[in-house]
Amino acid sequence: MTDTSMTSFHSVTLDRDRCVGCTTCIKKCPTEAIRVRKGKAHIINERCIDCGECIRTCPHGAKKAISDPLAAKDAFRIKVAVPAPALYSQFDENISINRILGGLLDLGFDEVFEVAAAAELVTAATRDLIASEEGRTMPRPLVSSACPAVVKLIQVRFPSLIPNLVPLLPPMEVAARIVKEELHKGEEGVGVFFISPCAGKVTAARSPLGYERSAVDGVIGLKDIYLPLRAAVAKAGERPLSQAGSVGIEWARTEGEAEALGERRSIAVDGIANVIGVLESLENGKLKGVEFIEALACPAGCVGGPLIVENPYIARARLGNRALSLDPFAEGRTVSPGGYRWDRPIQPRPSRLLDADMLKAMIMLEEMEHLQGLLPGLDCGSCGAPTCQALAEDIVRGNAVETDCVFKLRETVRDLAGQLLALEEIKPPGLDKE
Amino acid sequence: MKYRYAVPGDDFSLAGKASAEFKRVLGQLGIDPAVVKRTSVAMYEAEINMVIHAGGGVAEADITPERILITMADKGPGIPDIDLAMTEGYSTAPEWIRELGFGAGMGLPNMKRNADDLRIDSKIGEGTTVTITIRLAAAGGAA
Repeated sequence: MTDTSMTSFHSVTLDRDRCVGCTTCIKKCPTEAIRVRKGKAHIINERCIDCGECIRTCPHGAKKAISDPLAAKDAFRIKVAVPAPALYSQFDENISINRILGGLLDLGFDEVFEVAAAAELVTAATRDLIASEEGRTMPRPLVSSACPAVVKLIQVRFPSLIPNLVPLLPPMEVAARIVKEELHKGEEGVGVFFISPCAGKVTAARSPLGYERSAVDGVIGLKDIYLPLRAAVAKAGERPLSQAGSVGIEWARTEGEAEALGERRSIAVDGIANVIGVLESLENGKLKGVEFIEALACPAGCVGGPLIVENPYIARARLGNRALSLDPFAEGRTVSPGGYRWDRPIQPRPSRLLDADMLKAMIMLEEMEHLQGLLPGLDCGSCGAPTCQALAEDIVRGNAVETDCVFKLRETVRDLAGQLLALEEIKPPGLDKE
Repeated sequence: MKYRYAVPGDDFSLAGKASAEFKRVLGQLGIDPAVVKRTSVAMYEAEINMVIHAGGGVAEADITPERILITMADKGPGIPDIDLAMTEGYSTAPEWIRELGFGAGMGLPNMKRNADDLRIDSKIGEGTTVTITIRLAAAGGAA
């Protein structure tokens, strides 16, 4: 059961003009999803989990997230902004959340609804689920499904952990549904735009995980909106717009979700390499007595997203300071009767599979091991693959040849030169005098 | 096809590398995720045991479409009473290992739970060989 529908769109893409063909990104990609071919990086869609690690590490700014322009909202009659709580961390604490939200209105949105408020409801729904009969029988620890890059990582690399995922919609989706199904029920022309710290959410809005169709109409990258918003906020007055409590706002940083849940036996992990380490331990059965894992792909959590402008740790500290002056929960909103459940299951995406026929895969694997023994093992990246092992895999998949390796190429040239010399020694029999 | 991994006994930070490497192989072959998990747990436990008690050793993994056979061989002190060692909660691990969250006496029972067959051959002063068999469904590689 391979789900291919989700591989069709990816937010993370390459700016060909800026890419110089260096090998920085291929080395940093946690799923080995990038190759350099003909001097440009290429993303292998089936493997990309939209974590944005390449956006963060490209020294030339050649990796970017496709997102929607601010003008996309103008196609709708009622334009609603649903900002991620990470947005608040991008402004100095003396600028109130009311003014930041007011700035969004001044940029042309008719309304705002905070994703932080929805996050609080997801916390409540998670508690309900854990207390339910079904929740009690789910495998432990439960793993948060809020970070789309982590959900995809589990699909491609840890499919045995899919049953551990909390089967609830992420706060972005809950916010959009509240706007459309509760605040503007039955109305036409309502457009909901998520203000995003990450590329993964852009992809999640177009190719959702765990649900059929997203209520989000567009995703605007936080860094794309930052300069106009900054200008708008500078002029914005104090309006009573802020609703969310500290619990929802702190979801934007590592430990926020776990603390909100109040589960002491939890692990909160951030940074994709650390997440892989924790999931590896979980799959090895090492995490006994742990009830909940909050795993976020970005350093410090969503405040460290690739579409953020501020340093993640400064942003994290600011968020914490803001939370100090707020009540824990927004008032007056309760979990909707559906409980924000997924409406379709998450499927494995075994991107490492060599061939569906196991015998064929075994032959390929053997060939791969053989090739790997012939390669120098330096993992230099000159061939365009991140490691010698990855090149060997590319060769057996028919996507590369042995002489893509500069060392193998040199060997081949040396052999050829030797053969040429040997040939040169040979004279036609008629001339071959003593 | 066979894989051979050296398990070094002098660096605890490398313990688990062999099982992680082998897990990649299982993924490339399209082995069912639940079977991958069982194999990982059993092999990882055996690998950790080898590092803690026996100063490392050699892990060998052999796959056919019918089964996965993992052999973990060490030249450690051997297990005096295998039945006792199989008891949940029984442990001879030193304190520092327990402080790391290992040595709870669940290693061998956990291996048994996850393997379809578990064999332990041990001789005092000569070493221990743990053989883990995981059967694969006849259908093979449907992931």
